[in-house]
Amino acid sequence: MSRNEDDIIVCRCEDVTLGEIRKVIREGATTLDEVKRITRAGMGPCQGRTCRLLVAGEIAKFLGKPVSEVLQSTYRPPFKPVKMGDLAEICEADEDCCGSDCGCKSEKEGVSQ
Amino acid sequence: MRGSADAVVIGGGVSGASIAYNLMKQGVGNVVLCEKDTFANGSTGRCGAGVREQWGAEANVRICKAAIDIFENLQEELEYEYDIEFVQKGYLMMAYTEKEWSQFQKNVEVQHKLGVNSRVCTPEEAKEIVPVLNTDGMLGATYNARDGHANPFHTTNAYLKAFERLGGEVNDFTEVIDIEKSGAKVTKVKTNRGDISTPVVVNAAGPWAGPVAAMVGVALPVYTERHQILVTEAVGRLFDPMLMSFSLGIYCQQTPHGSLVMGIGDPNEPKGYDIGQSWQFLKKMSDIMCKLVPPLKGIRVVRQWAGLYTITPDAHPILGTVPGVEGYYQAVGFSGHGFMLSPIVGRLLSEMIVGKEPSIDISDLDLGRFERGELRVEPSVV
Repeated sequence: MSRNEDDIIVCRCEDVTLGEIRKVIREGATTLDEVKRITRAGMGPCQGRTCRLLVAGEIAKFLGKPVSEVLQSTYRPPFKPVKMGDLAEICEADEDCCGSDCGCKSEKEGVSQ
Repeated sequence: MRGSADAVVIGGGVSGASIAYNLMKQGVGNVVLCEKDTFANGSTGRCGAGVREQWGAEANVRICKAAIDIFENLQEELEYEYDIEFVQKGYLMMAYTEKEWSQFQKNVEVQHKLGVNSRVCTPEEAKEIVPVLNTDGMLGATYNARDGHANPFHTTNAYLKAFERLGGEVNDFTEVIDIEKSGAKVTKVKTNRGDISTPVVVNAAGPWAGPVAAMVGVALPVYTERHQILVTEAVGRLFDPMLMSFSLGIYCQQTPHGSLVMGIGDPNEPKGYDIGQSWQFLKKMSDIMCKLVPPLKGIRVVRQWAGLYTITPDAHPILGTVPGVEGYYQAVGFSGHGFMLSPIVGRLLSEMIVGKEPSIDISDLDLGRFERGELRVEPSVV
């Protein structure tokens, strides 16, 4: 592995390099969750859209098994970062409406699971 | 995986990791830790990560104070190559109701008696500590500079790495399916990956402590309950202390990384193992926090998740032995504050297991207290 390769940034949100990720895998991490918990790869605003598969590929390569067998992290809402101010403004006209079975809930269902 | 051990610790959260490390440190030669998933995957990795001495019940103040003593030197003790991110920038506990305000003032008296330097603040003084705070409706606050927070993933990993360096064995994806006894004595732990003969078993299984205790015939008076939490994008320093209010049901801290982690208790949350997320949580959290800290309006939520509290009838953990089950120890029912207690719990449990006098008397935190009717209710839990 050349030094240059080690310096490649894999997680662009959190500035995590390939070298840092490979080190954690060499030291025993076999899942995306473990790599994420130690390096923060995938914890940034894009939620691993770019690095998730790259990290899974590195784990697969190290373990000598297909990427499909590498345990993935849970996908968590919201799908895209949302300003807290925007969330607070939802249904402000009718506070009581939130959490009930009215139209407001089904409209906003998209941001939950 | 080793087929025999001097002690088996069940649970790869921070409590199990700390107990396992402390057992090796005490000189127990062969300690094996079994984790059914990966480290910090249960309650630890989902928690709010606060560490405080500002409690209302003496037992909690005493053990949390001792835990902070250990946290202050933990990075060095464990010789950890990353950063456990322990920072002591205080907790600001904010009161909005007369009941809460009078409780806080009583708590401070208890804390002072036990040597905690907490102080009572007017809303104006609270605003000096956190200039971005909107103090509308606040009756007062208490502040203790020695409180803080740490990174739960790194703290757990630090304990596990030190444990392994001392010769302990960590087994991931190893689920304990039964515990065998011979008469009253624990003899064997059975897992999905094979059996381990052992005279000592430690139940540090967090939300699964009840099912594990049942394997040795012990019924725990605990239940699990979902608590939701979110994290924002990283931003410049907004404020230093953990913000907490029981009447609002919230806590919020800004990590050294710059992201803000916050959660809210829901009094209507049903008991159970659900750890799904809801949009109602995002909405309610945002409503309260945008009023409390207006600059949050422009800050984006990146991720939301949930974890489980394992709650006892008096919100204190259940620690130690159980009469009639020889070799079984438990560190369970942390009621939402297992992370902050983990350094001292590891030390105390290891002392008990090797037959030393525990450095803090925790005999009143045993399972028997519920039968004796000696409940120690903690008034200050989110």
